[in-house]
Amino acid sequence: MKQSVASIGNTGRFLFTIFCASRPRRDFLTDLIAQLYSVVVRSLPIIAVGGAFVGMVMTLQGYRTLSTYGATNSVGTLLGLSLYRELGPVLTALLFIGRAGSSMAAELGLMKATDQIAALSLMAIDPVAKTVVPRFWAAIIGMPLLCGFFCSFAIVAGYIEAVYLLGLDGGYFWSALQSSVDFIDDFVVAFIKCAVFGLIGALMATYTGFNAEPTIEGTSVATTQAVVNGSLLVLVFNFILSATLFK
Amino acid sequence: MLSADSGHGDMPATTNDCVFAGVRIERGGSVILDDINFALPKGSVTAVIGPSGAGKSTLLHALTGELQPTRGSIEILQHAMPRNNRGLMAIRRCIGVLLQGNGLLSDLTVAENIALPLRVHTKLKDVVIRRVVELKLNAVGLRSAMGLYPRELSGGMARRVALARALALDPPLMLYDEPLTGLDPIAVGVIVSLIGRLNKTLGITSIVITHHIHESLSIADNVLVIANHGIAFHGSPDQLKASTDPLLQQFLRGEPDGPIPFDAKRQAVLTGA
Repeated sequence: MKQSVASIGNTGRFLFTIFCASRPRRDFLTDLIAQLYSVVVRSLPIIAVGGAFVGMVMTLQGYRTLSTYGATNSVGTLLGLSLYRELGPVLTALLFIGRAGSSMAAELGLMKATDQIAALSLMAIDPVAKTVVPRFWAAIIGMPLLCGFFCSFAIVAGYIEAVYLLGLDGGYFWSALQSSVDFIDDFVVAFIKCAVFGLIGALMATYTGFNAEPTIEGTSVATTQAVVNGSLLVLVFNFILSATLFK
Repeated sequence: MLSADSGHGDMPATTNDCVFAGVRIERGGSVILDDINFALPKGSVTAVIGPSGAGKSTLLHALTGELQPTRGSIEILQHAMPRNNRGLMAIRRCIGVLLQGNGLLSDLTVAENIALPLRVHTKLKDVVIRRVVELKLNAVGLRSAMGLYPRELSGGMARRVALARALALDPPLMLYDEPLTGLDPIAVGVIVSLIGRLNKTLGITSIVITHHIHESLSIADNVLVIANHGIAFHGSPDQLKASTDPLLQQFLRGEPDGPIPFDAKRQAVLTGA
Protein backbone atom coordinates (compact mmCIF):
# COMPACT_ATOMS: atom_id res chain seq x y z
CA MET A 1 0.00 0.00 0.00
CA LYS A 2 2.77 2.38 1.06
CA GLN A 3 4.71 1.45 -2.08
CA SER A 4 1.67 2.09 -4.29
CA VAL A 5 1.13 5.54 -2.81
CA ALA A 6 4.83 6.32 -3.25
CA SER A 7 4.64 5.13 -6.85
CA ILE A 8 1.64 7.40 -7.58
CA GLY A 9 3.49 10.31 -5.97
CA ASN A 10 6.65 9.63 -7.97
CA THR A 11 4.65 9.41 -11.21
CA GLY A 12 2.99 12.74 -10.42
CA ARG A 13 6.37 14.29 -9.68
CA PHE A 14 7.74 12.89 -12.94
CA LEU A 15 4.80 14.47 -14.83
CA PHE A 16 5.61 17.80 -13.18
CA THR A 17 9.28 17.38 -14.20
CA ILE A 18 8.19 16.74 -17.81
CA PHE A 19 6.08 19.91 -17.87
CA CYS A 20 8.95 21.92 -16.34
CA ALA A 21 11.38 20.49 -18.93
CA SER A 22 8.98 21.31 -21.82
CA ARG A 23 10.69 24.59 -22.61
CA PRO A 24 11.49 25.73 -26.13
CA ARG A 25 15.05 24.71 -27.06
CA ARG A 26 17.11 24.56 -30.19
CA ASP A 27 16.48 20.99 -31.35
CA PHE A 28 13.00 20.51 -29.87
CA LEU A 29 11.13 20.62 -33.19
CA THR A 30 13.57 18.21 -34.85
CA ASP A 31 13.30 15.77 -31.94
CA LEU A 32 9.49 16.11 -31.89
CA ILE A 33 9.16 15.41 -35.63
CA ALA A 34 11.44 12.36 -35.30
CA GLN A 35 9.27 11.05 -32.46
CA LEU A 36 6.03 11.82 -34.36
CA TYR A 37 7.38 9.71 -37.21
CA SER A 38 8.25 6.93 -34.78
CA VAL A 39 4.96 7.14 -32.85
CA VAL A 40 2.38 8.00 -35.54
CA VAL A 41 3.70 6.89 -38.90
CA ARG A 42 5.10 3.57 -37.69
CA SER A 43 1.85 2.81 -35.83
CA LEU A 44 -0.31 3.36 -38.92
CA PRO A 45 -0.30 -0.23 -40.26
CA ILE A 46 -1.53 -1.74 -36.96
CA ILE A 47 -4.09 1.06 -36.55
CA ALA A 48 -5.37 0.62 -40.12
CA VAL A 49 -5.71 -3.15 -39.89
CA GLY A 50 -7.16 -3.01 -36.37
CA GLY A 51 -9.65 -0.29 -37.32
CA ALA A 52 -10.81 -2.07 -40.48
CA PHE A 53 -11.54 -5.34 -38.70
CA VAL A 54 -13.25 -3.64 -35.73
CA GLY A 55 -15.46 -1.73 -38.20
CA MET A 56 -16.35 -4.92 -40.06
CA VAL A 57 -17.18 -6.94 -36.94
CA MET A 58 -19.27 -4.06 -35.52
CA THR A 59 -21.19 -3.82 -38.79
CA LEU A 60 -21.77 -7.58 -38.90
CA GLN A 61 -22.96 -7.87 -35.28
CA GLY A 62 -25.04 -4.68 -35.58
CA TYR A 63 -26.68 -5.93 -38.77
CA ARG A 64 -27.60 -9.28 -37.20
CA THR A 65 -29.07 -7.70 -34.06
CA LEU A 66 -30.85 -4.82 -35.81
CA SER A 67 -32.33 -7.13 -38.48
CA THR A 68 -34.40 -8.75 -35.68
CA TYR A 69 -36.17 -5.40 -35.27
CA GLY A 70 -36.12 -4.49 -38.94
CA ALA A 71 -33.82 -1.57 -38.26
CA THR A 72 -30.82 -2.53 -40.37
CA ASN A 73 -30.66 0.99 -41.82
CA SER A 74 -29.40 2.17 -38.42
CA VAL A 75 -26.15 0.24 -38.81
CA GLY A 76 -24.40 3.54 -39.66
CA THR A 77 -25.68 5.10 -36.42
CA LEU A 78 -24.52 2.15 -34.34
CA LEU A 79 -21.09 2.11 -35.97
CA GLY A 80 -20.54 5.88 -35.71
CA LEU A 81 -21.64 6.32 -32.12
CA SER A 82 -19.87 3.24 -30.75
CA LEU A 83 -16.68 4.12 -32.59
CA TYR A 84 -16.44 7.80 -31.71
CA ARG A 85 -17.72 7.49 -28.17
CA GLU A 86 -15.89 4.40 -26.92
CA LEU A 87 -14.23 1.94 -29.25
CA GLY A 88 -12.16 4.36 -31.32
CA PRO A 89 -10.33 6.14 -28.48
CA VAL A 90 -9.99 3.04 -26.25
CA LEU A 91 -8.86 0.55 -28.89
CA THR A 92 -6.51 3.09 -30.49
CA ALA A 93 -5.01 3.76 -27.05
CA LEU A 94 -4.57 0.05 -26.31
CA LEU A 95 -2.98 -0.60 -29.71
CA PHE A 96 -0.84 2.52 -29.33
CA ILE A 97 0.39 1.47 -25.88
CA GLY A 98 1.16 -2.03 -27.14
CA ARG A 99 3.18 -0.74 -30.08
CA ALA A 100 4.57 2.70 -29.29
CA GLY A 101 4.38 2.70 -25.46
CA SER A 102 6.35 -0.52 -25.14
CA SER A 103 8.87 0.80 -27.65
CA MET A 104 9.28 4.06 -25.68
CA ALA A 105 9.85 2.21 -22.40
CA ALA A 106 12.34 -0.19 -24.00
CA GLU A 107 14.24 2.64 -25.71
CA LEU A 108 14.57 4.65 -22.50
CA GLY A 109 15.47 1.54 -20.47
CA LEU A 110 18.20 0.64 -22.95
CA MET A 111 19.46 4.22 -23.01
CA LYS A 112 19.84 3.98 -19.25
CA ALA A 113 21.52 0.56 -19.38
CA THR A 114 24.02 1.77 -22.00
CA ASP A 115 25.02 4.95 -20.12
CA GLN A 116 23.32 7.27 -22.63
CA ILE A 117 21.18 8.93 -19.94
CA ALA A 118 24.22 9.24 -17.63
CA ALA A 119 26.27 10.74 -20.48
CA LEU A 120 23.61 13.40 -21.13
CA SER A 121 23.51 14.31 -17.47
CA LEU A 122 27.31 14.53 -17.32
CA MET A 123 27.29 16.83 -20.37
CA ALA A 124 24.96 19.13 -18.36
CA ILE A 125 22.10 18.29 -20.75
CA ASP A 126 18.76 17.66 -19.03
CA PRO A 127 18.04 14.01 -19.94
CA VAL A 128 14.29 14.47 -19.37
CA ALA A 129 14.17 17.40 -21.81
CA LYS A 130 16.20 15.55 -24.43
CA THR A 131 14.75 12.03 -24.22
CA VAL A 132 11.36 12.14 -22.46
CA VAL A 133 9.74 15.44 -23.51
CA PRO A 134 9.71 14.79 -27.32
CA ARG A 135 8.23 11.31 -26.79
CA PHE A 136 5.62 12.64 -24.36
CA TRP A 137 4.32 15.42 -26.63
CA ALA A 138 4.51 13.21 -29.73
CA ALA A 139 2.17 10.76 -27.99
CA ILE A 140 -0.30 13.50 -26.96
CA ILE A 141 -0.34 14.97 -30.49
CA GLY A 142 -0.22 11.59 -32.23
CA MET A 143 -2.98 9.77 -30.38
CA PRO A 144 -5.90 11.90 -31.71
CA LEU A 145 -4.45 11.61 -35.22
CA LEU A 146 -4.22 7.83 -34.88
CA CYS A 147 -7.77 7.70 -33.52
CA GLY A 148 -8.92 9.65 -36.57
CA PHE A 149 -7.25 7.07 -38.81
CA PHE A 150 -8.70 4.19 -36.76
CA CYS A 151 -12.27 5.51 -37.00
CA SER A 152 -11.89 6.33 -40.70
CA PHE A 153 -10.66 2.85 -41.56
CA ALA A 154 -13.38 1.29 -39.40
CA ILE A 155 -16.17 3.31 -41.05
CA VAL A 156 -14.92 2.73 -44.59
CA ALA A 157 -14.52 -1.02 -43.92
CA GLY A 158 -17.98 -1.10 -42.29
CA TYR A 159 -19.48 0.74 -45.28
CA ILE A 160 -17.92 -1.67 -47.77
CA GLU A 161 -19.19 -4.66 -45.83
CA ALA A 162 -22.67 -3.18 -45.26
CA VAL A 163 -23.21 -2.13 -48.87
CA TYR A 164 -21.36 -4.75 -50.92
CA LEU A 165 -21.72 -7.85 -48.71
CA LEU A 166 -24.87 -7.31 -46.66
CA GLY A 167 -26.79 -5.43 -49.36
CA LEU A 168 -27.70 -2.29 -47.36
CA ASP A 169 -28.27 1.04 -49.05
CA GLY A 170 -25.19 3.26 -49.10
CA GLY A 171 -27.22 6.47 -48.86
CA TYR A 172 -28.99 5.29 -45.71
CA PHE A 173 -25.65 4.27 -44.19
CA TRP A 174 -24.09 7.72 -44.64
CA SER A 175 -27.19 9.72 -43.73
CA ALA A 176 -27.70 7.69 -40.52
CA LEU A 177 -24.05 8.27 -39.63
CA GLN A 178 -24.21 11.98 -40.39
CA SER A 179 -27.44 12.64 -38.52
CA SER A 180 -26.50 10.73 -35.37
CA VAL A 181 -22.90 11.79 -34.82
CA ASP A 182 -22.59 15.28 -33.34
CA PHE A 183 -19.43 17.22 -34.08
CA ILE A 184 -18.92 18.63 -30.56
CA ASP A 185 -20.55 15.97 -28.38
CA ASP A 186 -19.08 12.93 -30.14
CA PHE A 187 -16.25 13.92 -32.45
CA VAL A 188 -14.46 16.57 -30.33
CA VAL A 189 -14.97 14.65 -27.09
CA ALA A 190 -13.43 11.55 -28.72
CA PHE A 191 -10.31 13.56 -29.52
CA ILE A 192 -10.14 14.99 -26.00
CA LYS A 193 -10.27 11.43 -24.70
CA CYS A 194 -7.51 10.46 -27.11
CA ALA A 195 -5.22 13.27 -25.96
CA VAL A 196 -5.76 12.18 -22.33
CA PHE A 197 -5.06 8.55 -23.24
CA GLY A 198 -1.93 9.65 -25.11
CA LEU A 199 -0.78 11.46 -21.97
CA ILE A 200 -1.46 8.41 -19.80
CA GLY A 201 0.27 5.98 -22.18
CA ALA A 202 3.28 8.23 -22.67
CA LEU A 203 3.57 9.01 -18.95
CA MET A 204 3.53 5.33 -17.99
CA ALA A 205 5.97 4.38 -20.77
CA THR A 206 8.46 7.18 -20.08
CA TYR A 207 8.23 6.89 -16.29
CA THR A 208 8.86 3.14 -16.23
CA GLY A 209 11.53 3.33 -18.95
CA PHE A 210 13.38 6.30 -17.49
CA ASN A 211 13.39 4.80 -13.99
CA ALA A 212 14.17 1.23 -15.07
CA GLU A 213 17.00 -0.73 -13.48
CA PRO A 214 19.95 -0.30 -15.86
CA THR A 215 19.99 -3.99 -16.81
CA ILE A 216 18.41 -6.14 -19.52
CA GLU A 217 15.96 -7.54 -16.96
CA GLY A 218 15.13 -4.01 -15.79
CA THR A 219 14.31 -2.98 -19.36
CA SER A 220 12.09 -6.02 -19.79
CA VAL A 221 10.22 -5.28 -16.53
CA ALA A 222 9.79 -1.63 -17.53
CA THR A 223 8.34 -2.58 -20.91
CA THR A 224 5.81 -4.94 -19.32
CA GLN A 225 4.85 -2.39 -16.67
CA ALA A 226 4.40 0.32 -19.30
CA VAL A 227 1.90 -1.81 -21.23
CA VAL A 228 0.01 -3.26 -18.24
CA ASN A 229 -0.23 -0.05 -16.19
CA GLY A 230 -0.93 2.11 -19.24
CA SER A 231 -3.71 -0.18 -20.53
CA LEU A 232 -5.41 -0.44 -17.13
CA LEU A 233 -5.26 3.30 -16.55
CA VAL A 234 -6.73 3.94 -20.01
CA LEU A 235 -9.72 1.73 -19.16
CA VAL A 236 -10.21 3.44 -15.77
CA PHE A 237 -9.94 6.94 -17.23
CA ASN A 238 -12.23 5.97 -20.11
CA PHE A 239 -15.01 5.35 -17.62
CA ILE A 240 -14.31 8.61 -15.78
CA LEU A 241 -14.23 10.63 -19.02
CA SER A 242 -17.33 8.92 -20.46
CA ALA A 243 -19.22 9.64 -17.25
CA THR A 244 -18.23 13.32 -17.23
CA LEU A 245 -17.85 14.38 -20.87
CA PHE A 246 -20.83 12.76 -22.66
CA LYS A 247 -24.32 14.17 -22.20
CA MET B 1 37.57 29.99 -3.57
CA LEU B 2 40.57 27.94 -2.66
CA SER B 3 43.99 27.85 -4.25
CA ALA B 4 46.22 25.43 -2.43
CA ASP B 5 49.97 26.07 -2.26
CA SER B 6 49.56 29.72 -3.20
CA GLY B 7 50.83 32.72 -1.31
CA HIS B 8 53.32 30.86 0.89
CA GLY B 9 56.57 32.85 0.79
CA ASP B 10 59.00 31.57 -1.83
CA MET B 11 56.85 28.64 -2.92
CA PRO B 12 55.84 28.88 -6.60
CA ALA B 13 52.15 29.61 -7.03
CA THR B 14 50.39 26.45 -8.25
CA THR B 15 46.72 26.32 -9.12
CA ASN B 16 44.95 23.14 -8.21
CA ASP B 17 42.04 22.10 -10.40
CA CYS B 18 40.83 19.43 -8.03
CA VAL B 19 41.09 19.46 -4.23
CA PHE B 20 39.68 16.86 -1.84
CA ALA B 21 39.94 17.80 1.85
CA GLY B 22 38.98 15.15 4.43
CA VAL B 23 36.29 13.75 2.16
CA ARG B 24 34.07 10.86 3.17
CA ILE B 25 31.76 9.29 0.60
CA GLU B 26 29.00 6.91 1.60
CA ARG B 27 26.71 4.76 -0.51
CA GLY B 28 23.62 3.09 0.88
CA GLY B 29 24.76 3.78 4.43
CA SER B 30 28.22 2.19 4.05
CA VAL B 31 31.44 4.17 3.88
CA ILE B 32 33.15 3.66 0.52
CA LEU B 33 35.89 6.26 0.82
CA ASP B 34 37.06 8.01 3.99
CA ASP B 35 39.51 10.76 4.84
CA ILE B 36 40.46 11.42 1.22
CA ASN B 37 42.94 14.28 0.86
CA PHE B 38 44.68 15.29 -2.34
CA ALA B 39 45.23 18.26 -4.61
CA LEU B 40 45.81 17.85 -8.35
CA PRO B 41 47.71 20.65 -10.09
CA LYS B 42 46.32 22.33 -13.20
CA GLY B 43 47.53 20.71 -16.41
CA SER B 44 48.59 17.43 -14.79
CA VAL B 45 47.65 13.87 -15.71
CA THR B 46 46.69 11.78 -12.69
CA ALA B 47 46.22 8.03 -12.88
CA VAL B 48 43.80 6.64 -10.29
CA ILE B 49 44.41 2.93 -9.83
CA GLY B 50 43.38 0.31 -7.32
CA PRO B 51 41.75 -3.07 -6.97
CA SER B 52 38.18 -3.68 -8.15
CA GLY B 53 35.61 -2.45 -5.66
CA ALA B 54 38.10 -0.14 -3.95
CA GLY B 55 36.07 2.96 -4.77
CA LYS B 56 37.58 4.34 -7.99
CA SER B 57 34.22 4.77 -9.69
CA THR B 58 32.83 6.27 -6.47
CA LEU B 59 35.63 8.83 -6.66
CA LEU B 60 34.55 9.65 -10.23
CA HIS B 61 30.95 10.10 -9.11
CA ALA B 62 32.17 12.46 -6.39
CA LEU B 63 34.20 14.41 -8.96
CA THR B 64 31.12 14.92 -11.14
CA GLY B 65 28.86 15.79 -8.22
CA GLU B 66 26.68 12.69 -8.61
CA LEU B 67 27.67 11.74 -5.05
CA GLN B 68 28.04 14.39 -2.39
CA PRO B 69 30.51 13.95 0.48
CA THR B 70 29.04 13.32 3.92
CA ARG B 71 32.16 14.89 5.41
CA GLY B 72 34.89 17.19 4.10
CA SER B 73 34.87 19.36 1.00
CA ILE B 74 35.53 19.03 -2.73
CA GLU B 75 36.72 21.84 -4.95
CA ILE B 76 36.67 21.57 -8.72
CA LEU B 77 38.30 24.26 -10.87
CA GLN B 78 38.69 26.51 -7.83
CA HIS B 79 34.99 26.32 -6.98
CA ALA B 80 33.37 24.42 -4.13
CA MET B 81 31.31 21.52 -5.48
CA PRO B 82 27.74 22.87 -5.71
CA ARG B 83 24.92 20.93 -4.08
CA ASN B 84 22.04 22.36 -6.10
CA ASN B 85 21.15 21.08 -9.58
CA ARG B 86 21.73 24.41 -11.35
CA GLY B 87 25.22 24.75 -9.87
CA LEU B 88 26.07 21.16 -10.76
CA MET B 89 24.94 21.67 -14.36
CA ALA B 90 27.11 24.81 -14.56
CA ILE B 91 30.23 23.03 -13.32
CA ARG B 92 29.63 19.97 -15.50
CA ARG B 93 29.89 22.20 -18.57
CA CYS B 94 33.54 22.63 -17.59
CA ILE B 95 34.18 18.92 -17.11
CA GLY B 96 34.56 16.41 -19.94
CA VAL B 97 33.78 12.82 -18.98
CA LEU B 98 34.68 9.77 -21.03
CA LEU B 99 32.52 6.94 -19.71
CA GLN B 100 33.52 3.28 -19.86
CA GLY B 101 30.38 2.52 -21.87
CA ASN B 102 30.98 5.59 -24.10
CA GLY B 103 27.33 6.71 -23.76
CA LEU B 104 27.01 7.68 -27.42
CA LEU B 105 23.37 8.33 -28.35
CA SER B 106 22.47 5.43 -30.63
CA ASP B 107 19.92 7.35 -32.74
CA LEU B 108 22.39 10.12 -33.64
CA THR B 109 25.30 9.97 -36.07
CA VAL B 110 28.89 10.50 -34.93
CA ALA B 111 28.76 14.15 -36.04
CA GLU B 112 25.39 14.73 -34.32
CA ASN B 113 26.70 13.16 -31.11
CA ILE B 114 29.68 15.51 -31.01
CA ALA B 115 27.56 18.51 -32.00
CA LEU B 116 25.02 17.81 -29.23
CA PRO B 117 26.75 19.66 -26.34
CA LEU B 118 27.61 22.53 -28.71
CA ARG B 119 23.98 22.85 -29.86
CA VAL B 120 22.68 22.80 -26.29
CA HIS B 121 25.25 25.01 -24.56
CA THR B 122 26.28 27.49 -27.28
CA LYS B 123 24.56 29.72 -29.80
CA LEU B 124 27.00 28.89 -32.57
CA LYS B 125 25.61 28.70 -36.08
CA ASP B 126 25.22 25.28 -37.68
CA VAL B 127 28.07 25.90 -40.10
CA VAL B 128 30.43 26.79 -37.24
CA ILE B 129 29.32 23.76 -35.24
CA ARG B 130 30.03 21.55 -38.24
CA ARG B 131 33.54 23.00 -38.48
CA VAL B 132 34.16 22.42 -34.75
CA VAL B 133 32.92 18.83 -35.09
CA GLU B 134 35.33 18.28 -37.98
CA LEU B 135 38.19 19.66 -35.88
CA LYS B 136 37.34 17.44 -32.91
CA LEU B 137 37.05 14.36 -35.11
CA ASN B 138 40.32 15.29 -36.79
CA ALA B 139 41.96 15.46 -33.36
CA VAL B 140 41.01 11.84 -32.68
CA GLY B 141 41.76 10.71 -36.24
CA LEU B 142 38.19 9.89 -37.26
CA ARG B 143 37.17 12.66 -39.64
CA SER B 144 35.90 10.14 -42.17
CA ALA B 145 33.44 8.64 -39.64
CA MET B 146 31.18 11.72 -39.40
CA GLY B 147 28.11 10.14 -40.98
CA LEU B 148 28.34 6.77 -39.27
CA TYR B 149 26.07 5.61 -36.44
CA PRO B 150 27.58 4.33 -33.16
CA ARG B 151 26.47 0.76 -34.01
CA GLU B 152 28.71 0.88 -37.10
CA LEU B 153 31.87 1.69 -35.08
CA SER B 154 34.41 -0.68 -33.53
CA GLY B 155 35.05 -0.46 -29.77
CA GLY B 156 38.18 1.64 -30.24
CA MET B 157 36.51 3.99 -32.73
CA ALA B 158 33.48 4.47 -30.44
CA ARG B 159 35.84 5.33 -27.57
CA ARG B 160 37.57 7.93 -29.74
CA VAL B 161 34.24 9.44 -30.81
CA ALA B 162 33.17 9.61 -27.15
CA LEU B 163 36.50 11.33 -26.42
CA ALA B 164 35.87 13.86 -29.19
CA ARG B 165 32.39 14.54 -27.76
CA ALA B 166 33.79 14.95 -24.23
CA LEU B 167 36.23 17.53 -25.66
CA ALA B 168 33.57 19.39 -27.67
CA LEU B 169 33.24 22.29 -25.22
CA ASP B 170 37.03 22.46 -24.59
CA PRO B 171 36.70 21.56 -20.91
CA PRO B 172 39.61 22.48 -18.61
CA LEU B 173 39.15 19.20 -16.70
CA MET B 174 38.82 15.73 -18.28
CA LEU B 175 37.78 12.60 -16.42
CA TYR B 176 38.39 9.21 -18.01
CA ASP B 177 36.56 6.20 -16.56
CA GLU B 178 38.38 3.01 -17.59
CA PRO B 179 39.24 4.41 -21.04
CA LEU B 180 41.31 1.36 -22.00
CA THR B 181 38.97 -1.43 -20.91
CA GLY B 182 37.81 -3.80 -23.64
CA LEU B 183 40.20 -2.47 -26.29
CA ASP B 184 42.83 -4.34 -28.31
CA PRO B 185 46.51 -3.40 -27.74
CA ILE B 186 46.65 -1.10 -30.77
CA ALA B 187 43.48 0.75 -29.69
CA VAL B 188 44.92 0.98 -26.15
CA GLY B 189 48.06 2.59 -27.58
CA VAL B 190 45.96 5.01 -29.65
CA ILE B 191 43.82 6.11 -26.68
CA VAL B 192 46.85 6.46 -24.35
CA SER B 193 48.69 8.57 -26.89
CA LEU B 194 45.56 10.68 -27.50
CA ILE B 195 45.09 11.36 -23.78
CA GLY B 196 48.75 12.36 -23.43
CA ARG B 197 48.75 14.45 -26.61
CA LEU B 198 45.49 16.26 -25.79
CA ASN B 199 46.77 17.01 -22.31
CA LYS B 200 49.98 18.52 -23.63
CA THR B 201 48.44 20.49 -26.51
CA LEU B 202 45.32 21.77 -24.74
CA GLY B 203 46.80 22.12 -21.24
CA ILE B 204 43.83 20.42 -19.62
CA THR B 205 43.90 18.60 -16.30
CA SER B 206 43.22 14.90 -16.74
CA ILE B 207 42.19 12.25 -14.24
CA VAL B 208 42.38 8.71 -15.61
CA ILE B 209 40.67 5.96 -13.65
CA THR B 210 42.09 2.71 -14.94
CA HIS B 211 43.21 -0.86 -14.34
CA HIS B 212 45.86 -0.58 -17.04
CA ILE B 213 48.72 0.40 -14.73
CA HIS B 214 51.72 0.32 -17.02
CA GLU B 215 50.04 2.07 -19.97
CA SER B 216 48.64 4.84 -17.78
CA LEU B 217 51.90 5.37 -15.86
CA SER B 218 53.60 6.22 -19.14
CA ILE B 219 51.58 9.44 -19.45
CA ALA B 220 50.82 10.19 -15.77
CA ASP B 221 52.42 12.95 -13.68
CA ASN B 222 50.73 11.73 -10.47
CA VAL B 223 49.39 8.41 -9.29
CA LEU B 224 46.66 7.84 -6.74
CA VAL B 225 46.25 4.30 -5.46
CA ILE B 226 42.87 3.69 -3.84
CA ALA B 227 42.61 0.75 -1.45
CA ASN B 228 40.98 -0.09 1.89
CA HIS B 229 38.53 2.87 1.71
CA GLY B 230 41.34 5.41 1.38
CA ILE B 231 44.40 6.57 -0.50
CA ALA B 232 47.16 3.98 -0.22
CA PHE B 233 49.62 6.02 -2.27
CA HIS B 234 49.90 9.50 -3.80
CA GLY B 235 53.04 10.42 -5.68
CA SER B 236 54.84 10.24 -8.99
CA PRO B 237 55.02 7.07 -11.12
CA ASP B 238 58.74 6.71 -10.26
CA GLN B 239 57.98 6.92 -6.54
CA LEU B 240 55.30 4.26 -6.99
CA LYS B 241 57.70 1.92 -8.80
CA ALA B 242 60.35 2.46 -6.08
CA SER B 243 57.89 1.84 -3.24
CA THR B 244 58.50 -1.21 -1.06
CA ASP B 245 54.93 -1.28 0.27
CA PRO B 246 53.77 -4.92 -0.13
CA LEU B 247 50.27 -3.84 -1.19
CA LEU B 248 51.60 -1.58 -3.94
CA GLN B 249 54.09 -4.20 -5.07
CA GLN B 250 51.37 -6.85 -5.22
CA PHE B 251 49.22 -4.53 -7.29
CA LEU B 252 52.05 -3.49 -9.62
CA ARG B 253 53.19 -7.08 -10.22
CA GLY B 254 49.65 -8.48 -10.42
CA GLU B 255 50.31 -11.14 -7.78
CA PRO B 256 47.20 -13.18 -6.92
CA ASP B 257 47.88 -13.36 -3.17
CA GLY B 258 49.33 -10.89 -0.70
CA PRO B 259 47.96 -8.03 1.41
CA ILE B 260 44.91 -8.27 -0.86
CA PRO B 261 44.17 -12.00 -0.35
CA PHE B 262 43.13 -14.41 -3.09
CA ASP B 263 40.31 -15.74 -0.91
CA ALA B 264 37.39 -13.33 -1.17
CA LYS B 265 36.03 -14.39 2.25
CA ARG B 266 39.37 -13.65 3.93
CA GLN B 267 39.43 -10.28 2.20
CA ALA B 268 35.97 -9.46 3.52
CA VAL B 269 37.08 -10.35 7.07
CA LEU B 270 40.26 -8.30 6.77
CA THR B 271 38.43 -5.22 5.51
CA GLY B 272 35.73 -5.64 8.11
CA ALA B 273 32.97 -5.99 5.50
